[in-house]
Amino acid sequence: MAENEMNTVENQPAKPASGDEQKVFMPRADIYETPAGVIVEADMPGVDGTLIDITIENDVLTIRGKVDAPEYPGHKPAYAEYESGNYERAFTLSREIDRDRIEAGVRNGVLRLTLPKLSQARAQKIAVKPQ
Amino acid sequence: MLFPLTRWNSAREMQRFQEQLDSLFASRSGSVYTYPPVNVWVSDNDVIASAELPGMELENLDISVHGETLTIRGGRARQELKEGESFLRRERLVGSFSRTLQLPFRVDSEKVEAHFSRGVLTVKLPRAEADKPRKIAVKSL
Repeated sequence: MAENEMNTVENQPAKPASGDEQKVFMPRADIYETPAGVIVEADMPGVDGTLIDITIENDVLTIRGKVDAPEYPGHKPAYAEYESGNYERAFTLSREIDRDRIEAGVRNGVLRLTLPKLSQARAQKIAVKPQ
Repeated sequence: MLFPLTRWNSAREMQRFQEQLDSLFASRSGSVYTYPPVNVWVSDNDVIASAELPGMELENLDISVHGETLTIRGGRARQELKEGESFLRRERLVGSFSRTLQLPFRVDSEKVEAHFSRGVLTVKLPRAEADKPRKIAVKSL
């Protein structure tokens, strides 16, 4: 009996983190490293700047995009090769990234994140005051 | 450094990913045959086709209509990296594509409207007048 209960709990589909009923997709991303930092470009067709949410918590950067699936009243789907849904993807940031200078921009459904590295020159000198 | 945490939520998404990967490897010229994925809605009076084309620029998109077919052509180039840059991950599809769709009826190419916004192309194709079903009155003799 106890075993059955455990199985039921494990087999439940995970709810999307945002609490929406919509499907959630992981956007494809290209990530490349430059001497100045890391660039992420994620394909999120259907979203623009106002529909994207980027949060950083501890070392995890999460991008979320909302898509309004278009509706065409009076029309029947003849074929559907893709589903509309929200996007979500999380990345773990390395310590090298300067969280304060992260920039994000969207163009034609592509989110571009610039993650600059901390510059060496920012090492601070700490003055030792005589007591 | 990178640990995607979201699972694929849909078996269809996995299949599509696989098909696209397969076509990528199958074609050396870089064109992908089942790209872009398209949704088509039909009413009695028109057809609406939409395609996800993230990262495309309007000037690289070519849409043409001929009788009962719609052809979408375009492409996007891979980011060229400079000296000292390197890819950590490459997932996005690039290259040129050409896709022709069969429409359920003849459309009026003069009245076709297309718009491209947020990386989604939507094409509205009204049915050709001559193609609309005509009711024939039955007279009693």
